[in-house]
Amino acid sequence: MATQHSKTAARLMISPAVILLFLWMIVPLSMTLYFSFLRYNLLMPGMESFTGWDNYYYFLTDPAFSAALTNTILLVVGVLVITVVGGVLLALLLDQPFWGQGIVRVLVIAPFFVMPTVSALVWKNMFMNPVNGMFAHIARGLGLQPFDFLSQAPLASIIGIVAWQWLPFATLILLTALQSLDREQMEAAEMDGASALDRFLHITVPHLTRAITVVVLIQTIFLLGVFAEILVTTNGGPGTASTNITYLVYAQSLLNYDVGGGSAGGIVAVVLANIVAIFLMRMIGKNLDA
Amino acid sequence: MGKITLRNVQKRFGEAVVIPSLDLDIEDGEFVVFVGPSGCGKSTLLRLIAGLEDVSDGQIMIDGRDATEMPPAKRGLAMVFQSYALYPHMTVKKNIAFPLRMAKMEPQEIERRVSNAAKILNLTNYLDRRPGQLSGGQRQRVAIGRAIVREPAAFLFDEPLSNLDAALRVNMRLEITELHQSLETTMIYVTHDQVEAMTMADKIVVLNAGRIEQVGSPLTLYRNPANLFVAGFIGSPKMNLIEGPEAAKHGATTIGIRPEHIDLSRETGAWQGEVGVSEHLGSDTFLHVHVAGMPTLTVRTGGEFGVHHGDRVWLTPQADKIHRFGADGKAL
Repeated sequence: MATQHSKTAARLMISPAVILLFLWMIVPLSMTLYFSFLRYNLLMPGMESFTGWDNYYYFLTDPAFSAALTNTILLVVGVLVITVVGGVLLALLLDQPFWGQGIVRVLVIAPFFVMPTVSALVWKNMFMNPVNGMFAHIARGLGLQPFDFLSQAPLASIIGIVAWQWLPFATLILLTALQSLDREQMEAAEMDGASALDRFLHITVPHLTRAITVVVLIQTIFLLGVFAEILVTTNGGPGTASTNITYLVYAQSLLNYDVGGGSAGGIVAVVLANIVAIFLMRMIGKNLDA
Repeated sequence: MGKITLRNVQKRFGEAVVIPSLDLDIEDGEFVVFVGPSGCGKSTLLRLIAGLEDVSDGQIMIDGRDATEMPPAKRGLAMVFQSYALYPHMTVKKNIAFPLRMAKMEPQEIERRVSNAAKILNLTNYLDRRPGQLSGGQRQRVAIGRAIVREPAAFLFDEPLSNLDAALRVNMRLEITELHQSLETTMIYVTHDQVEAMTMADKIVVLNAGRIEQVGSPLTLYRNPANLFVAGFIGSPKMNLIEGPEAAKHGATTIGIRPEHIDLSRETGAWQGEVGVSEHLGSDTFLHVHVAGMPTLTVRTGGEFGVHHGDRVWLTPQADKIHRFGADGKAL
């Protein structure tokens, strides 16, 4: 393994993959960077010219940007809270011995295998539709006025849909963590006079912190890029009520044909994502050590 | 105070009967050892006393109060687990203080008791460490510390030394015995190691398949085993058990003679045999001697007795040390 010769061979053999991955990342990134400084509109082909920081200026001062930023944060935090709290509770429930445990566990994991577009459409048309949806039927059955989720509470509805998709993931990770908890530790705490709540707070929760960290880190990465659910349900509306940064970049470049502005937005999103990543690693990444 | 009485206690897991029906009295301040082979129900019995398992039938009394239905925390017992069961995210200090915090005790009183326990157990310098940074023996001491701060009516030990290496085990054995002498609290100790049982106990309870085979002081069990099981289990190396005509001569179905109670000679004796394996331990030599019409006999002799494989020797059992057992396996 350690001879000079084998090291060289290893580098040589791994280099095609590394170079390919590097190009895969660096080419689009530098092209985006390049476009973000161009006046580049698809309606005026061949008229590209260098405009300096104008694209960034217009993107950042657009009122839609601050709305999108708030929505992104609300979406990420909302889904994280629901999935972590719900995931812990579901994992505790699934950890109890009961009849049909195996089948129930498979069922609980199932939503994770449904594609985002499909599940969002199912939610939109089968559950949340104010005329034909299940919720509307239930509301009418109770003698209430059906609630039009996607136009009256668009962001909350999307948070609900996305949380439904990610809850199984959180439950699965937390359940495995729960199963690795030493039974004797629980018994010792019981002998020590800890009530069920005390045992949960002092033994279970500390044991789960590492798993929760993993859930938060992985989910944050994916939740910053939520797009399909918004596209097929609300199209970011009404107005900008459910537009997040990802959707705003899409709207800028493909609905307004402004590739330059969209690229600037993309670069802003990359910078924001990195800021979030640095904070996350600082705050909770230390839980992963040792 | 720590007087524990078991009346007619039974434990079934579904169809499987683990403990058929059992009566036992444990006096205040006693060091009682439950000993038996793996799966004999000794740990289950301890967990029944602790309240970690429900009894299927019968009654458990602690200090005269019926504790059968009490939750573990209310029984006033403290337990030391085989895996130590320390809380990995808490420092040693917090681990030891945990039962006191759960009992909502005053912070000064907690501080006083924790530092006192740390002093007794030589843990003062380790109070700010986490269990992961401690050695096996230190973890064991933290687990004991967590038990003693509660000043319980009795301590329960579930094979506490089985995860330690041999040298440390001897040390901890002494420390626990000393702790018992200074605290004078009832201790119940579960082990499969009969050396631990013999050296530590005031009273040994020998269990087999959930039944009590014999209860008594270590020397009582050594001198007067009540049946074949106890005879074979207590003592190291094991007692030689001989059946057939030789036993009939003594009016018994089986006779037992301990390796240390057989005299060895090169010239004369009761039985003539051929030396097989000899194990030299320095202070002692254990000879495995093949005698016609008998199983291989183990004989203990001084370290300097020089014999070789295949040598002829004569064996003579000491007449007053022969144990006689009837057809039902009980001592005659």
